[in-house]
Amino acid sequence: MPGLSGRMSTVVKAKISKLLDRAEDPSETLEYSYQKQIELLQNVKKGIADVVTSKKRLQLQEEKLQQQVVKLDTQARQALAAGNEDLARTALERKNVAQTELQSLDSQVAQLEQQQEQMTASEQKLRTKIEQFRSKKEVVKAQYSAAEAQVRISEAATGVGEEMADVGLAMQRALDKTENMKARADAVQELEAAGTFDDLTSLGSGDDDIDRQLAQLSSTSEVDADLAKMKAELGQGAGSPAAGQLGAGESGGQPAEGQAS
Amino acid sequence: MIVRISTEGQYEIADADAGELNKLDARAVEACEASDEAAFHEVFTQLLDYVRSHGEPVGDDDLIGSDIILPPPDVSLAEARAEFQGEGLIPG
Repeated sequence: MPGLSGRMSTVVKAKISKLLDRAEDPSETLEYSYQKQIELLQNVKKGIADVVTSKKRLQLQEEKLQQQVVKLDTQARQALAAGNEDLARTALERKNVAQTELQSLDSQVAQLEQQQEQMTASEQKLRTKIEQFRSKKEVVKAQYSAAEAQVRISEAATGVGEEMADVGLAMQRALDKTENMKARADAVQELEAAGTFDDLTSLGSGDDDIDRQLAQLSSTSEVDADLAKMKAELGQGAGSPAAGQLGAGESGGQPAEGQAS
Repeated sequence: MIVRISTEGQYEIADADAGELNKLDARAVEACEASDEAAFHEVFTQLLDYVRSHGEPVGDDDLIGSDIILPPPDVSLAEARAEFQGEGLIPG
């Protein structure tokens, strides 16, 4: 086949034969190949651990953002109740940014979850193939002469070599994606560090950077809608449960830690 | 005939189905060369679906080399164009 599949096969096969040709003696080939398989299995395990770590980190960020959303919402209500509409608007703008980030984190966590599952499945499959290879290797070594062994094992070696190549490729792709997400998570953390999601008590004169980011990121119409809704709610249910919620903003005001690595 | 979908697994396909595979493969290459991203993904997805629906999955404890190796399902046009040359396919 001259197409994509043909070229792909040629490249993979060339690499596998290069891998297997490094040792000349058949039993050495077998052992070398087996060692490589075990190494790869270890690497896959490390790769899975990497994905899990990244996922946990994103989940932690999600939790923090979730808290910020609640806090900013409360603060907007407080500000509005106190008649400070500008402050309420700022709080809602920040809430909007935090919510947008939350949505993207959500889908990234889901993607990592899927990657973790796929890698775990590949690890299982590779483990089965390696076990199969190991027993074949022992049989061949015990029963055949060197020349025969080379022939008998070559198909199995190619099969397992191809599986290794494939698991390697899958892992590389999963880790590349994870890297991208890490970069994204770092960006969110920078926003956090710049005070984008901070509580409004820290709002002062030096907020140009934040304001610029807010202007870029938040959707004004959404904020307007939020504000209108909040006004309506405050107008109707004056006093009742809202009064109890007013204090919540302070209690949730733990200092936002700049580093969550 | 053994066909591997990269990062997914191997399938055993009847030799009679090879002709259709070849046709889809040729169309994928065409779209690839024309840099037509949408067409490429459409044809490539058809190709993968054909293998999945016509093929019998190879067991985990089978050690067979593939006759055909297809790129992974999430392959981008740019990657397909580079034809997976160079380092990186096989670790070590």
